Amino acid sequence: MEHVAVWIAAFLTLGIISFLYKDNPWYKLSEAIFVGISAGYWFVVLFWDNIYGKFWVGVFPPDVVDEAGNFVSHGVPDYALIVGAVLGVLMLARLLPGVGWISRWPLAFIVGCTSGLYLMNYFSSNIMRQVQGTIIPLFGIGYGASVYEIIGNIVIVGGTFAGLVYFFFSKEHRGAFGATAKVGIWVIMITFGASFGYTVMSRMSLLIGRIDFLFGDWLGLIK
Amino acid sequence: MSSTTRIRELAVVILILVISVIVYIGKIQGWNNGLMFSPAVSLTVVIVIFLLLLYILLRTLQGHLIGRRTVFLFVGLAVVLPFFMTLTLKFRVSPEVQQLYDALSELQPGSKVLVSFDYDPPSAPELQPMAVAFLRYCLSHDLKVIIIGLWPQGPQQANLALEDALKSKEVAAKKPEYGVDYVNLGFQVGNEFVIQRMGTDFKSMFPKDYSGTVYDDLPLVRNVKNFSNIDYSFNLSAGYPGTQEWVQVAVDRYGLKMGAGNTAVQAPMMYTYLNAGQLVGLLGGMNGAAEFELVTNEIGKGTKFMLSQSFAHMIVIAFIIIGNVAYFKSGRKKKL
Repeated sequence: MEHVAVWIAAFLTLGIISFLYKDNPWYKLSEAIFVGISAGYWFVVLFWDNIYGKFWVGVFPPDVVDEAGNFVSHGVPDYALIVGAVLGVLMLARLLPGVGWISRWPLAFIVGCTSGLYLMNYFSSNIMRQVQGTIIPLFGIGYGASVYEIIGNIVIVGGTFAGLVYFFFSKEHRGAFGATAKVGIWVIMITFGASFGYTVMSRMSLLIGRIDFLFGDWLGLIK
Repeated sequence: MSSTTRIRELAVVILILVISVIVYIGKIQGWNNGLMFSPAVSLTVVIVIFLLLLYILLRTLQGHLIGRRTVFLFVGLAVVLPFFMTLTLKFRVSPEVQQLYDALSELQPGSKVLVSFDYDPPSAPELQPMAVAFLRYCLSHDLKVIIIGLWPQGPQQANLALEDALKSKEVAAKKPEYGVDYVNLGFQVGNEFVIQRMGTDFKSMFPKDYSGTVYDDLPLVRNVKNFSNIDYSFNLSAGYPGTQEWVQVAVDRYGLKMGAGNTAVQAPMMYTYLNAGQLVGLLGGMNGAAEFELVTNEIGKGTKFMLSQSFAHMIVIAFIIIGNVAYFKSGRKKKL
């Protein structure tokens, strides 16, 4: 069975890689299998974890039994879950002509709740803590940082300021203001460049993983 | 497409299949024990690739453009060939990896470490080496490991990593016991709301472990109520939910001490959390994994893959230069 599994995996991996040569039936077959299995897998996971695991077991909990399997008490049902289930069903109203507007209610509930919950998280972690992290000492008596750290701090503070100036469009980008905005766009571009470099590394890692499988696990050529 | 081309393509596929079958039979029979170039051959291969790139650059300067398949071929060679080379790559440990290691090494034996596996097989080449190295370090230094997953396949990846970590001599010598030294609490649906709930009650989110054992029957977690009982946490993340959600809820709201291992794509976004002190350390992509292996003195797949990674990057840089030469040479800039 192990041999069959490894050959199927190799067959499908090579099928996907064959797209680099050109679009072909082998690639199309591998792609279709991948998409189909992914969709099926996620349906099963979401059904058993959400609909059954959370809703069904929550509303109709099994009886509590001891180690010997004897009845101890009835499970406590959580009827609040029915509200969520009803909202979920209302979402499907979009598929019915004439009553599609009902689906806006659960959607409004989701958007409202998500905004409320995320607002505090993002405001605290991604705004306040980041502002706090940017207010750093540059130099001063008793500040025992190395020259590199001081330069780094100046780059962070200056880069953040210049980057913010670039996105300030209420004033024309001219003179000293324009020059600062230009520095800002350079900082942003360098950031994008660093992200691109990391993305290349990430994609290469995936390829390396597949190559390790093909030449190692499949063909056994890697020592 | 002509029938001759189709027959030729089919012949190539059959040839690859026949070679693969022979090599595979060799693996099973034992007469294929792997391939390894000598240092001289390895160096020759590197020189040949460099000369070929130089040739392509010269041809480009002469106005001959190369096809995309040539680029694919070179990238493929750059990734495949280093697996068989005997060259060693020297790299140093970056401050963010060192910080993560320092925070980990300060923990006393018996400290509880929470590890969240928030990734699936597609991200395994980057994150699995980190997971194996991290678990190996924890289990060989008497740190108690509590595993959870916010991604459905996370706990399965954790089991694979545990399997590898337990093979290590240092770990095997400690004879770690499931439920006492490490535990896999499995997956829980709910994304960041699971983290939020764990802040007050672990048990409500993980009433049973991965194999169905009741929470209170696991000695390691029996007295773990919430994050205040956790000494250190490590998040392996490939997206949502991941490090960002852990920082926002567990770190900023409940004061959990956390390090993270991220795929290279999302690592740049996590540096802001590192600089603001919300993360104690960060492993970014395969490079981060290799550096962590170096600092913990546990050489694994991260280090092994880095030669291919470096070669591939060099090829990409070379083709960026060649591409720019072709761009300016063809005078396309004037047309824009």
